[in-house]
Amino acid sequence: MIAIPAAVDVAALKDTTLLNMGIFGLFVAVTMVIVFRASRNNKTAADYYAAGRSFTGSQNGTAIAGDYLSAASFLGITGAIAINGYDGFMYSIGFLVAWLVALLLVAELLRNTGKFTMADVLSFRLKQRPVRIAAAISTLAVCFFYLLAQMAGAGSLISLLLGISDWGGQALVIIVVGALMIMYVLIGGMKGTTWVQIIKAMLLIAGAAVMTLWVLAIYGFNLSSLLGGAVETANNPAVLNPGLQYGKSDTSKLDFMSLGLALVLGTAALPHVLMRFYTVPTAKEARKSVVWSIWLIGLFYLFTLVLGYGAAALVGADTIKSAPGGVNAAAPLLAFHLGGPLLLGFISAVAFATILAVVAGLTITAAASFAHDIYANVIAKGKADAATEVRVARRTVVVIGVLAILGGIFANGQNVAFLVALAFAVAASANLPTIIYSLFWRKFTTQGAVWSMYGGLAAAILLIVFSPVVSGAKTSMIPGANFALFPLSNPGIVSIPLAFFLGWLGTTLDKRSEDPAKQAEMEVRSLTGIGAEKAVDH
Amino acid sequence: MGHDAHTPDAAASVDFEQVQSTGQFQELRKRHRSFVFPMAVAFLLWYFAYVLLADYAVGFMSTKVWGNINIGLILGLLQFVSTFAITGWYVHYSNKKLDPIASEIRHEIEGHEFDKNGNRVGGANK
Repeated sequence: MIAIPAAVDVAALKDTTLLNMGIFGLFVAVTMVIVFRASRNNKTAADYYAAGRSFTGSQNGTAIAGDYLSAASFLGITGAIAINGYDGFMYSIGFLVAWLVALLLVAELLRNTGKFTMADVLSFRLKQRPVRIAAAISTLAVCFFYLLAQMAGAGSLISLLLGISDWGGQALVIIVVGALMIMYVLIGGMKGTTWVQIIKAMLLIAGAAVMTLWVLAIYGFNLSSLLGGAVETANNPAVLNPGLQYGKSDTSKLDFMSLGLALVLGTAALPHVLMRFYTVPTAKEARKSVVWSIWLIGLFYLFTLVLGYGAAALVGADTIKSAPGGVNAAAPLLAFHLGGPLLLGFISAVAFATILAVVAGLTITAAASFAHDIYANVIAKGKADAATEVRVARRTVVVIGVLAILGGIFANGQNVAFLVALAFAVAASANLPTIIYSLFWRKFTTQGAVWSMYGGLAAAILLIVFSPVVSGAKTSMIPGANFALFPLSNPGIVSIPLAFFLGWLGTTLDKRSEDPAKQAEMEVRSLTGIGAEKAVDH
Repeated sequence: MGHDAHTPDAAASVDFEQVQSTGQFQELRKRHRSFVFPMAVAFLLWYFAYVLLADYAVGFMSTKVWGNINIGLILGLLQFVSTFAITGWYVHYSNKKLDPIASEIRHEIEGHEFDKNGNRVGGANK
């Protein structure tokens, strides 16, 4: 490779550590105040889980964007475009197009038929106990993988942004991030968490917009010359073409198809996204939420296209790869190149805030699922009062927070992207078929739901365990062993159709049929919104 | 004050099977499904056509059209455009074709037109 002009002095990053910490500390202080103020009205379960259903569509849409634009999409996609060019861009397209599934098929109908969790919708006309348990298990599984990815990502971010490279120091920062997150969720509930996400989303989109305009200004607002700059620095015209990352072999091409399927079908089944639809008063506001989030997320991914190629052109792939934090360093390094320590400090603080906010959103979802589905409806058989349920949810928050911290420390340095992809694959396999069937297929039965959920969950996880991600390749989690029976890293192409098939098979083989009155009620409610829980009036 | 059970469920005594069988509701369901299903199929096909092209037709996608901008980039950006367009189209369709009929049915139910015990209070003369 030809030596790249050292536009960015990576060593100089360490000097900005104090500034980074200062800006991040400011963010934490401001959001803490807001969370405290927001928490004063937290009285009921609807307050704690669904923020009293009092957010507007635009607020919730911004919060959804905050939830969705995780560190993996901001740092990950920018880095992927900077290193792999066009193939990185294809990630963002899958992540965006997926929102149409949520908009057209899921958001409004779900808002009209449920209260707090995905299981509320599924158990509307199916048998409570088996369906709730299955839905809670898959919710917890998806949240766990997603949490692990975010916490592990925190570790690698820290090494770059705060200049902490030893294992103990990184573990300490993961503990601090985890403890902060537990406080947000315990004190603020869904309302506090939502505000953190709204603030974070606005900061993230504003920061990305400034950098995008800056990069475009350097290239005279000419996309073609920006792309030319990326080709020149990389000394490889192929960065503009598909296939740099996934075009290597037939297997990798199939792997990309499989990933695309999981991305496009997984989003509308992510439990922490689904739960956000309950924070608005009506289905119409739920629709507005999705419309807002589609615009914000789409805009943001257009920014990442410019930022990724901008990093490729101005920083250079080799500098990025050799920086601490690797691929994830592309966006921060570009910020440093453009605006020096101040912009880097801002972008770093936003990246931290991103992890904090996403982790908080996941934790409250997992806690709600355990307290509402498992505790209140299965263990206490619906007899628990709301106060007890919220108490259980708060305890669950602490347990999940501690597990996430431990998992994050353990998973520090693991392949982060695969954990996120696994979360999407599990969501698309275990949750989506059942959601779609129960909303649209009159004959769908409990047996079909249970088969589809457990079958999809088990297939996705087993295929990952026997994939090259875990063993049999240099980059595997266990590089020494080889039990990779399944050639693809992404299970979706097998596990998603299988889950749809099992849902159909379980239903057709079921001797029982569900109550037609319940089906009628669910259908009427889902389309008209009659009887849906309204905003809590304070 | 915020309380879970603060709103008496307006739909508690409704005969939903009767609502479901009305022509009005059937029309709402038909309008909803005849929009969302074809649209979902269309955007999924368009997305996977794009992924397949990027996966297996690299030469075609790499064809330069203008400066450094190639067909792949244009098709990718068109995915953004189509997503925004479908979003706008759906919102327009819902506002015009779905929301009015849905709120009409809702008002009729809230006016106790479909109560199981048959005491029709509001809008009974249909």
